[in-house]
Amino acid sequence: MSETTGGVEMDEDVSGVVKKFLYVNRKAPYGTIYALESLEVVLIAAAFDQDVSLVFLDDGVYQLAKGQHTKTIDVKNFSPTYRALEGYDIEKLYVEKESLEARGLTTEDLIVPVTLLPAAEMAELMDGQDVVLSF
Amino acid sequence: MKFGIMVNEGPYTHEASDTAYLFAKAALEKGHQIHRIFFYHDGVNNSTRLTEPPQDDRNIVARWSKLAAEHKIDLVVCVAAALRRGIRDENLAEGFRISGLGQLIESGIQADRLVVFGD
Repeated sequence: MSETTGGVEMDEDVSGVVKKFLYVNRKAPYGTIYALESLEVVLIAAAFDQDVSLVFLDDGVYQLAKGQHTKTIDVKNFSPTYRALEGYDIEKLYVEKESLEARGLTTEDLIVPVTLLPAAEMAELMDGQDVVLSF
Repeated sequence: MKFGIMVNEGPYTHEASDTAYLFAKAALEKGHQIHRIFFYHDGVNNSTRLTEPPQDDRNIVARWSKLAAEHKIDLVVCVAAALRRGIRDENLAEGFRISGLGQLIESGIQADRLVVFGD
């Protein structure tokens, strides 16, 4: 079992096929484990050379907020990992405009550069994907 | 059609794993194939053979095992999520196996549709 490919031997069944994968992050970074375990999927998926996009909406926009201090809740602050995604060739990060505005945030408050999309365009983005994983 | 299925919630607390099971059963009855069922987040708790529901309730874990045996379905439990929650080979129910997240991505690539069941 390979560590970097999460238990899959790369063979002709998988290599060569490129699908559009979209990871939809809807939940706040702490309080539940969804955000952290979603990020673990994204990092493993990077080894498969697929066409990857990430979406942040609802409370999911807080995952990218600057200035996360988690020491007092005894949970690891994993937000720096989002900055490392570029190194995995994961560069398509989308944030839903309405979700960001409803929480009084702007792109200035986020730790990585993102593309802002209104809800209607978000629907189009989702429609154009092969695989949508929602967390 | 060839389906991949992802289950993201544990049994009983959430309906997601019941819905996933009923979906899988209905798809098979219609002649579709289930390529793999991948258990993630608290969904890994669907795989522990230590589960003992009351006699008059459905046994969600045993139900998965039976489905897997009857239709030769690959039930995969994420290793990282499983170890976090005390699921290991010693307490794994029949028909389940522990492996990595790559199995989920592979399922997304190989299946015609990957259907996610969560909260």
